[in-house]
Amino acid sequence: MTTEVLERPSGESAAEAALRIADCDIHPSPKLLEREIYPFLEKRWQRHMERYGARPRQPFLNGPAYPKGQPDAARRDAYPPAGGRPGSDLAFMREQHLDPNNVGFGVLNPLKSGQGLQNLDFADAYCRAINDWQIAFWTREEPRLKASIVIPYEDAAASVREIERCAGEEDYVQVFMLNRTAEPMGQRRYWPIYDAAAAAGLPLAVHAFGFGGAPITGSGWPSYYIEDMTGHAQSSQAVLTSMIFEGVFDRLPGLRMVLIESGFAWLPALCWRLDRVWMRMRDELHRCTRRPSEIVREQVFLTTQPMEEPGRPRQLVECIDWIGWDRLLFATDYPHWDFDQPDRVLPSWVDVEKRRAFFTDNALRVYGRQMP
Amino acid sequence: MTALPPGAIDCDLHPAPPSVSALLPYLEPHWADAAGHRGLHELETIAWPPNAPLSCRPDWRDGAARPGSDPARLIGDAVDGFGTRYAILNCLYGAPMLYSEDMAAGFARALNDWLRAEWLDRDPRLRASILVPSHAPELAAEEIERAAADRRFVQVLLPVMGETPPGRRVNWPIYAAAERLGLPVAFHAGSAYRHPPTPVGWPSYLAEDYAAQATAFQAALTSLIAEGVFQNFPELTVVFAESGVAWLPAHLWRLTKYWRGLRMEIPWVDRSPEEIVRERVRFTIQPFDAPEEPDAVARLLDHLGSDDMLLFATDYPHWQFDGMGALPEGLPETLVQRIAVDNPLRTYPRLGEGEP
Repeated sequence: MTTEVLERPSGESAAEAALRIADCDIHPSPKLLEREIYPFLEKRWQRHMERYGARPRQPFLNGPAYPKGQPDAARRDAYPPAGGRPGSDLAFMREQHLDPNNVGFGVLNPLKSGQGLQNLDFADAYCRAINDWQIAFWTREEPRLKASIVIPYEDAAASVREIERCAGEEDYVQVFMLNRTAEPMGQRRYWPIYDAAAAAGLPLAVHAFGFGGAPITGSGWPSYYIEDMTGHAQSSQAVLTSMIFEGVFDRLPGLRMVLIESGFAWLPALCWRLDRVWMRMRDELHRCTRRPSEIVREQVFLTTQPMEEPGRPRQLVECIDWIGWDRLLFATDYPHWDFDQPDRVLPSWVDVEKRRAFFTDNALRVYGRQMP
Repeated sequence: MTALPPGAIDCDLHPAPPSVSALLPYLEPHWADAAGHRGLHELETIAWPPNAPLSCRPDWRDGAARPGSDPARLIGDAVDGFGTRYAILNCLYGAPMLYSEDMAAGFARALNDWLRAEWLDRDPRLRASILVPSHAPELAAEEIERAAADRRFVQVLLPVMGETPPGRRVNWPIYAAAERLGLPVAFHAGSAYRHPPTPVGWPSYLAEDYAAQATAFQAALTSLIAEGVFQNFPELTVVFAESGVAWLPAHLWRLTKYWRGLRMEIPWVDRSPEEIVRERVRFTIQPFDAPEEPDAVARLLDHLGSDDMLLFATDYPHWQFDGMGALPEGLPETLVQRIAVDNPLRTYPRLGEGEP
């Protein structure tokens, strides 16, 4: 009598492996500036920080221009039991997020760095420190996590130096900017940054927020946090419009751009509008030689959070059909309050191929990585 | 081609004074003198350079004349051309862009009087919006009172990008006057350019500026809702003209999601933004910004979730479409009737009064 042996993959089951997801927007914080950041910051800039503070283009020395809806804009359950800010404790991040949500590939997007500071030399030094910190305190400790090269983007030359300094280190998977730049991002003062990103083979990631100094509406500063939050979708539309019409994607056909944390449902309508305007005024847009929607289909990706939520989930799926299931990279925004829970974001009837692209494969393809 | 039903109403057309000298007879002596002594230039906005392709459809151009400056042409091309029963004139003259509140008010008064004498008196099918010094709400309210005495003025006209976000309390005298007089307030694409038109600074191209109009409307809608304008002025109707339409569902999904999460910040907003917009905000249909496929249009209409929100418009003389194709393909006939006739009549109570 022979015993039939079923073939099973060793280790985890196929079902488990299939569910392993990429989270393309995780926000780490240092526990203590002095302990985690200062080791990477020259003495002179430590003193500068203490005397003058960070000073971005906004009113308040500490905290955001619009008071958030929650302390640290965080999930109230995201404070590490051992103390410290949400997102500052790797062990707790594993326990609360990476393990239970089966995150196999997570991209760290530090929001507090030198980006958008008025003093460009300090911006440069602080960005460098944040980059070194991500490697030393996060990616070396946790192979599932990858780092972003934060750059002082208002100083293109310093940004290029930083991209070149970091690009050899495998743990960096993207060049990272905030979307509220001083001028629209397609303008040529920023081009050396894109050249350097493309040369390093790294995607250009552009995250909501920032300190460009221009009000988030064309009518000036709104009153409320909800307006600022809703407005990130408008900033991202302006960023994408500028990048397309200024011809950045035509100069650099290999450049991939990832728009982070401004949702995505606005993209189809924007593309329809841009295509129409481009057709009408092509003679003005001489640097943009391809139809805007084509450029987007080839070179632009968006992270999903905060996912728009129509009353009928079918409509969101129809919207993704318009965008294409190969364009979206799942993200949770951990540890922030508007976290998207991976098992809740798509209706159950969306097929497995699409889910796999949405949760995992698109991200691995954009970042050119395998699951660790 | 989707045909228009009888009695259709065109809710967005753009007449323009042929030159500043055309306004001289209507300017008060001080401003008429100033126009001469100070060598006032034409108050044309950078949003609509007259020779730019979008500013005028090629077959609606008339040599070197400023697009929309000849009443006979506008009436022939648009009112006769589409067979509309009423046509609402939204003059995008640059008076509200003047920094001086008094000068802006003086030129707005002259412009409204010019519209009445040179346009409304010429053809009984014409109606108009009241141009106001939008950054001086008290003066704007005075002008609304004054002009609204002529019932052929059917709404108040504001640029979507002004000096302050439109919901801000400083602007409320405008809404109070409009509500009292039964006039909708229309926000039209355009800016007073007090701020960069994009959240990330001044763009390089007119095409970018035009693309940014849609995002400006998104921000304006957020502001009107968040500041409680619809709660404070329960009878007020808001019209978004030349706003584009396709962006609306996605924006409402986002805004409504954040309202659920952050409504403690704006507790006076006691209903979901989606509900408020469906009941209180109307959108002119050019440009629609939908793709050409009828299936996509049908899907988009389903996402809009209401048959009451859209208003027929040609956006004459702007080049949004060719031929007679002012309505997107694939609209069901009952919806066309609503867009072209029923919704405008409900939005503009003064249109139902017939000839004044």
